[in-house]
Amino acid sequence: MKYAFSFLAVLALVLIAWLGSMIPGMQYLFGVAIPYLAILIFLGGFIYRVVQWAKSPVPFSIPTTCGQGKSLDFIKQDKLDCPTKTSEVVARMFLEIFAFRSLFRNTKSELHEGPKITYESSRWLWLAALLFHYSFLVIIIRHMRLFLNPVPQWLHFLDFLDAGAMLQVGAPLLYASDLAILAGVLFLFGRRLVNRNVRYISLANDYFPLFLIFAIASTGILMRYFLRTDIDIVNIKELLVGLVTFHPVINFKIGSIFYIHVFLVSALLIYFPFSKLMHMGGVFMSPTRNMANDSRAKRHINPWNDPSIKPHSYAGYEDEFREFMVDAGIPVEKELPPKKDEE
Amino acid sequence: MYNKGTIIPGLIIFVLFVTFPIWFNGLTTAGDLPKPELPPGGEKQCVNTAEYMRANHMQLLNEWRDNVLRDGNREILEIDGKKYPKGLQTACMSCHSQKEKFCDSCHTYAAVEPYCWDCHLTPKETASKEAIH
Repeated sequence: MKYAFSFLAVLALVLIAWLGSMIPGMQYLFGVAIPYLAILIFLGGFIYRVVQWAKSPVPFSIPTTCGQGKSLDFIKQDKLDCPTKTSEVVARMFLEIFAFRSLFRNTKSELHEGPKITYESSRWLWLAALLFHYSFLVIIIRHMRLFLNPVPQWLHFLDFLDAGAMLQVGAPLLYASDLAILAGVLFLFGRRLVNRNVRYISLANDYFPLFLIFAIASTGILMRYFLRTDIDIVNIKELLVGLVTFHPVINFKIGSIFYIHVFLVSALLIYFPFSKLMHMGGVFMSPTRNMANDSRAKRHINPWNDPSIKPHSYAGYEDEFREFMVDAGIPVEKELPPKKDEE
Repeated sequence: MYNKGTIIPGLIIFVLFVTFPIWFNGLTTAGDLPKPELPPGGEKQCVNTAEYMRANHMQLLNEWRDNVLRDGNREILEIDGKKYPKGLQTACMSCHSQKEKFCDSCHTYAAVEPYCWDCHLTPKETASKEAIH
């Protein structure tokens, strides 16, 4: 039911944009006002969330250590999995962000008859996640050709590679990234349905972005290859260049599929800062990844600590309470000084 | 706020990425819109309406290419009494004879590089080749 709810929500968004964009005069709402609002909410919300995170103190040094820590000279340190220097942390973060290294180390545990438990590496999630995120990135960069005038040469080259990877199929040319993002998103969705453990913990807010991104990719593909009525790229680019130069105009009729696509992207942008999609910013902010495991070399000061409370060593404690301790029969490290009046 | 030294530059980089098309375009210059030049002969009739051709010409050409080269179907189309042999050079370019002023204007604007010209020649190129031989 959780996925049915998310699916219906995306369907409702499609219907709103489809019916709404057919009302005369509403094109400006769906083509100009909502996209502007969406990008403002996206930027504002993203910065707000990151600043909120940055305001939260990290009371303890909590890097996840996944390998041999720095020890004696003849014991080899695992520099990526247990970094002690900033440069090693940067290398670890780089691989995490660009290669999803923690997903690569994913394992699957299964209970067999016996009972016997087995563990094996499970890398399909890593592969699908890479496929999905990188094709999404390529698609976003590729879309810049619709916002930039003149179009820089490197965008031509990216387009050439993306279409060339599919060996010039159809007209307009089929993009490899279009197929890759659909394959990736379908795997990520299928995994939540098929894998019982993951299905149990999946919530509506896990399914919703998957449906939304699937709908965005499919409306884009439909617009490019199939529903081409009134999809004149020159008119569309005129509107989009107008948006980024703050002179938006809609001079021609543009097909509903375009407004649906743009509305869904706007919905994604608005939803982004308030959802799990914030892992885009969060991956940089997670203390379990971005801290060095150097708590024995450098003292991690808890920002909550009251500076007026000074450190109190055991020796100082004993000095303060020695008499009472001796009275109570508690063993002390340093005995009381001999009393003068006994002499 | 903790770690201002890394988080604020990070956020600035993020905002620059997101607003890339705004500052890359030079803030308020939209550039020129393409103005495809209509056929020099003044021909007004085409195989379909202008709206259809603007949106679908690439798919029509692809279909013609498949018909002619893959299925050997060279049937000549007759639309409103005018005959069109299926082909870029034989049909389209008999009226839209200037690729540079017609095709290229929108293709450059939209950053589309159709591979028609890997094989086809424009009338201008044909003329120059004929002059050499």
